[in-house]
Amino acid sequence: MKPFTYERARSPAEAAAAAARTPGAKFIAGGTNLLDLMKLQIETPGHLIDVNGLALDKIEATAEGGLRIGALVRNTDLAADERVRRDYGVLSRALLAGASGQLRNKATTGGNLLQRTRCPYFYDTNQPCNKRQPGSGCAAIGGYSRQLAVIGSSEACIATHPGDMSIAMRALDAVVETVKPDGTARAIPIAEFHRLPGDTPQIETALEQGEFITAVVLPKPAGGTHIYRKVRDRASYAYALVSVAAIVQRDGTARVAIGGVAHKPWRVEAAEAEIPRGAKAAAAAIMAGARPTHDNAFKVTLVERTLGAVLAEARS
Amino acid sequence: MSHVSFTVNGERRQLDIDTRTTLLDALREHLHLTGSKKGCDHGQCGACTALVNGRRINTCLSLAVMHEGDEVTTIEGLGKPGDLHPMQAAFVKHDGYQCGYCTPGQICSSVAVLKEIEAGIPSHVSADLNAKPGVTAEEIRERMSGNICRCGAYSNIVEAISEVAGSQA
Repeated sequence: MKPFTYERARSPAEAAAAAARTPGAKFIAGGTNLLDLMKLQIETPGHLIDVNGLALDKIEATAEGGLRIGALVRNTDLAADERVRRDYGVLSRALLAGASGQLRNKATTGGNLLQRTRCPYFYDTNQPCNKRQPGSGCAAIGGYSRQLAVIGSSEACIATHPGDMSIAMRALDAVVETVKPDGTARAIPIAEFHRLPGDTPQIETALEQGEFITAVVLPKPAGGTHIYRKVRDRASYAYALVSVAAIVQRDGTARVAIGGVAHKPWRVEAAEAEIPRGAKAAAAAIMAGARPTHDNAFKVTLVERTLGAVLAEARS
Repeated sequence: MSHVSFTVNGERRQLDIDTRTTLLDALREHLHLTGSKKGCDHGQCGACTALVNGRRINTCLSLAVMHEGDEVTTIEGLGKPGDLHPMQAAFVKHDGYQCGYCTPGQICSSVAVLKEIEAGIPSHVSADLNAKPGVTAEEIRERMSGNICRCGAYSNIVEAISEVAGSQA
């Protein structure tokens, strides 16, 4: 690791202000992704702002009948919360499908939204990567791309967003609450939080310099059957090739977000009208415009089949 | 350099350390508690697993300075020769290792897994999110997936954990 200075934040607004005025500063919460990347010198912050002491570790009911999840709620605690298990099962299931018990005990709600891609070329500092070193090129295009994006990618980047939690939050229409360095708060719909790579794959979210995530708000429960199905190369502790987060109602309508296929949680609201007609029609609409590589063309078929399995499970 | 104080295996410890020092390196290199092992050093293998405030974590992916006031329990704090923790004794009885390098992490993780099941925390293989999870081989295997054993002693590890779980029930 490169040397860095360290401070413990005293309030969310102070943390944001400190991050904005200190070049090369980063927040650290669970640290499970950031420290991994710092050891590889992919991330080289000169200053760490430890936010663990901020009292953002509660899950509270909102006036609208939903839940406000503090940014520091650990993945284990969020997945195990009685209200989340009962009313937002897709979120519990997504969290439990990710990482390992040890990592879920450390990883936080805010940090999980910000985890970086596991594209092997992003991790290999000997390779060009527009995300790690803007303008250097993309070694994944034309390289080994089995795990990588099939839709929404660009000439600059075909990395995937690696999350599970965020896929469920996209299906749930969650809202990310933040505080900016000037102390003002803002609410970002999850649909607008993660970005497609375009020409600037190094910019992954809508967050501004220093802006700090304080909470994620879930709207009131949508009812229905909650399913998170993750297809991966081994049964546990692996990233998704394809995952489907679904909330399916009795009348056959559903909200569906797809993981493992794009630079962000992939949801096409307009395509959801096709879901009552079956997985084939729905998947074709959701994945319209897909541009897979030779290595990952199977993912397009896998989305249809995984969605088919999810809809069948919901009917049973 | 940065100052941090925390409790390790019941003993108050104070350290002045480089901010880059992981909790694992603080335990091994500064406090000379070499039971916790460095395998991958990236949170993938679980050999460094210890308990912090009763919860299992990968100590390689945590900075020591972030543990001010915490209570750390390593394999050395669970039991000692002649006074083994039941999980340590069960690993010996069931031959839950071959080379032994992953074993301290496996045992710390196992102890926490049984507490997590007892606390009703569901897992990926729990059929019903709203029911109390059982101590089945399937549950144990899923919950232990963050601990890799290069020698492949998995079936004996599951037997050891199952026996301890059975005797606690």
